[in-house]
Amino acid sequence: MHDTTTAARGAEHGADRPHEPLSYRFLLLVWLGLMCLTATTVAVSRIELGALNIVAALGLAGAKASLVIFFFMHLKYENWIIKGMVFMAFVVLAIAIGLTFVDVGYRY
Amino acid sequence: MEHTAQDPHERPFFAPSGKGGLASWIFSTDHKRIGLLYLGLIMLMFSVAVVLGLLLRLKLMTPGNTLLTPQQYNAIFTLHGVIMVFMVVIPSIPASFGNIFLPLHIGANDVSFPRLNNFSWWLYVTGLVLALVSIFTGNGPPDTGWTFYVPFSEHTTTNVSIAVIAVFVLGFSSILTGLNFITTVHRLRTPGMTWRKLPLFVWSLYATGWIQVLATPILGITALLIFSERVLHLGLFDPGRGGDPLLYQHLFWIYSHPAVYIMILPAMGVISEIIPVFSRKPVFGYNMIAFSSLAIAFAGSLVWAHHMFTSGMSDNAVLLFSFLTFVVAIPSAIKVFNWLSTMYKGSISLDPPLLFSLGFILMFSIGGLTGLVLGSAGTDIHVHDTYFVVAHFHYVIFGGTGLGMFAAMHYWFPKVFGRMYDHTRAFWSFWIILLGMNVLYFPMFVMGLQGMPRRYYDYLPQYAPLQMVSTWGSWILAVGLILMFHNLYRGCRYGPVATKNPWGGATLEWTLPTPLPAEAFYGDPVAPEPYDYKGVNPDG
Repeated sequence: MHDTTTAARGAEHGADRPHEPLSYRFLLLVWLGLMCLTATTVAVSRIELGALNIVAALGLAGAKASLVIFFFMHLKYENWIIKGMVFMAFVVLAIAIGLTFVDVGYRY
Repeated sequence: MEHTAQDPHERPFFAPSGKGGLASWIFSTDHKRIGLLYLGLIMLMFSVAVVLGLLLRLKLMTPGNTLLTPQQYNAIFTLHGVIMVFMVVIPSIPASFGNIFLPLHIGANDVSFPRLNNFSWWLYVTGLVLALVSIFTGNGPPDTGWTFYVPFSEHTTTNVSIAVIAVFVLGFSSILTGLNFITTVHRLRTPGMTWRKLPLFVWSLYATGWIQVLATPILGITALLIFSERVLHLGLFDPGRGGDPLLYQHLFWIYSHPAVYIMILPAMGVISEIIPVFSRKPVFGYNMIAFSSLAIAFAGSLVWAHHMFTSGMSDNAVLLFSFLTFVVAIPSAIKVFNWLSTMYKGSISLDPPLLFSLGFILMFSIGGLTGLVLGSAGTDIHVHDTYFVVAHFHYVIFGGTGLGMFAAMHYWFPKVFGRMYDHTRAFWSFWIILLGMNVLYFPMFVMGLQGMPRRYYDYLPQYAPLQMVSTWGSWILAVGLILMFHNLYRGCRYGPVATKNPWGGATLEWTLPTPLPAEAFYGDPVAPEPYDYKGVNPDG
């Protein structure tokens, strides 16, 4: 039930920033980066660092997620409002994990 | 421009357009038809869950082993909760009236993603079917309660696996609706419809959309984890294998507490629309009501562990979450005070939509204030998992969201169906429903304070008198509901033809023909001042 007015209104607001297609070489490098970070995650999990194990695991997971979102999902080329919304989702996730650790960190 | 009967700007949206029958409804991408599809199914599921609730109250009327076996009792209170929470209350106002009126309020002819909208309805239907499958196959319906707490949900032989997959699918339906609404509000506002000109119903749906998008995935993950635990025995929540049973409770409530605000915020939006119209005054404190919707959405996402004060969680967390719970009371109170201030010295018409809205304020205030008893860690220890919680929850959700939904039904009924219901019957149904709710749920506060645990099949003789009164209340409530639905049905079929703007509303939907046409706006409508009633009067 779109009329041209409504559709045009959406298109006008939703225009993506134009950008060159990413090269296979670049995407391959991002993929290799993800593989390295995964290997690092496994390696770090085998070293006893106490509470820092969690910090390292979450930090590495955050780095991997950022690579996927920025390059594979093209967030880098979106406008500020989309970036802001994704950032907000991560902030909420960080708060949820942080508040959970107020329980887990002090329970025993 | 010349209009014909087939002109979509003149033809009612529910009238056949040439192609069609059932397919023109269930595959429709029109937001109004999808809204009505949701409304029909939600009301059907509501009726089923009400019957289950009546059955529970009938069993509890007298102590002892009566009417139901303990297993049947466990299954029925689980079904009552799962159906009411996931299939009725969460989608209730956003999926039905939100779908119909959010685009119209901002001057758009549809939501941003109409096909996704239809897909989300189909996901809802799929979730319902899966829930039905879980009832009638395998070892019968789940018996865990709607919270699916571990370790019991991992080990019970009833059909928990299919039920949690149903919840997973229903969650996706909710996410897509929220996503659609957020995008629609950002991208499809008519020129001149600035953020400070948005009707407050739109603000509430916008805030709700964010909770749906950000919190519901956690429910999906939690449902999948239970499924994995049952099928793969991973031990995530089993301390014997390094797991943590409290982690489940955190994950469940990280979604399920904000879900309470998915339930209540749209109802608050409805109330914010109705009160100024029937007081003939601009809404008091527009900015604060709009801001408080966002504040409730944000602060409400930080309080989940107040459901876990007696679970063995750390004392530091208990203190922190108790404090945060009190914070969320502030924006809720802002809304209540602003509604009352709007009515102050207004020219009040006690029409049915306003009556239901006043019922909302009364019941939500009782439910909200008793919520502080539960949010305060000291007092919660005494009433945790008692009937006090059941009473509080039903005051907020049925007295709040339920009455908000009924208010919306009475407010927008003439605009959607083009006919008017009988006001006297609506008046009586309201008072009977309000009486029934209080007779049903208030004794539960008293029983809870006396120590009656929730979800128990049997009870000590000392609770018998109040249990009996509570069951009488359920019958009064049922009579009120039947009267209300009968009145609306009769109005829909035989009621007098409604005028274009019977209440004198100033938002955009009241500028459109009654019943709503298939296509709403010719071009870009002029964004009105949504609460300026100068020159706007009820017609007819």
